[in-house]
Amino acid sequence: MNMNIYIILAIGFVIAAVWTVMTTRLLRSVIGLAITSVILTIIMFQLQSPLAAVFELSVCAGLISAIFISSIGLTQRLTDEQLAVRKKERLSKFWLLPVILVLAGVALYHLQIPLVFNLQPAQAENDVRNIIWNLRHLDLLGQIVILLAGAFGVVVLFKEQ
Amino acid sequence: MEEVISKMPQGVEIIRDMPQEFLLFGVSAALVLIAGFYCLIMTYNLIRALIGLEILTKSVTLFIILAGHATGRTGLAQALAITLIVIEVVVIAVAVGIVLCVYKHIKSIDARLLRNIRG
Repeated sequence: MNMNIYIILAIGFVIAAVWTVMTTRLLRSVIGLAITSVILTIIMFQLQSPLAAVFELSVCAGLISAIFISSIGLTQRLTDEQLAVRKKERLSKFWLLPVILVLAGVALYHLQIPLVFNLQPAQAENDVRNIIWNLRHLDLLGQIVILLAGAFGVVVLFKEQ
Repeated sequence: MEEVISKMPQGVEIIRDMPQEFLLFGVSAALVLIAGFYCLIMTYNLIRALIGLEILTKSVTLFIILAGHATGRTGLAQALAITLIVIEVVVIAVAVGIVLCVYKHIKSIDARLLRNIRG
């Protein structure tokens, strides 16, 4: 039962990503990206990582989609003739992608690479709050610095002359 | 592979019979990685290139979470995934800002028209 759900999720994840890449309209591409994010969230819940999954859902499916949609809204819309030309162009460029993916998928699935881990899982600390606040607090500092740098960058980009 | 395994020190855990779900999600993450690279290589539209970058980071997030689940260290994997998501948002926000500035100047988001950048 669980395996069937895993198979559906894995296939859905790949199909959503491929649709995102191959569709002609940018808006549909962004919707595909949000769907990919939602499927990834469900996979993360299945793999016992709920906190990161909530982050993924709220930030990647919500905030990043909003950023992309607002930026697409600020650019010019394509006319129908331009869209028809783009569609043909995309089809000629991207027909190879599904072929590559199917071949790579079959090859990787049958390769059965053995995993080698130099770890002792029994002693592992698994409380994510403890890890974030006590073990990897320098990461938090880095995150704060990078957020400030990003905010500063956006302010510099949009400041009036 | 057997040579590599025979050279490993004592106490190293080797998972030969990988659980089926690791293989399944690992392969799907690898395929999404290929799709993201293909999008980045083939497209000239700057916003679509950013979407390709997003797809790449989604694949990497899945790899990190999968590694955490495989080694029994989901806490550490989640901490790393959260860091990755924060960095991803900042990169996308700044990159979209740059794309909009480019659009304001040349009225297009085609990368082929960006050959005359001066000053």
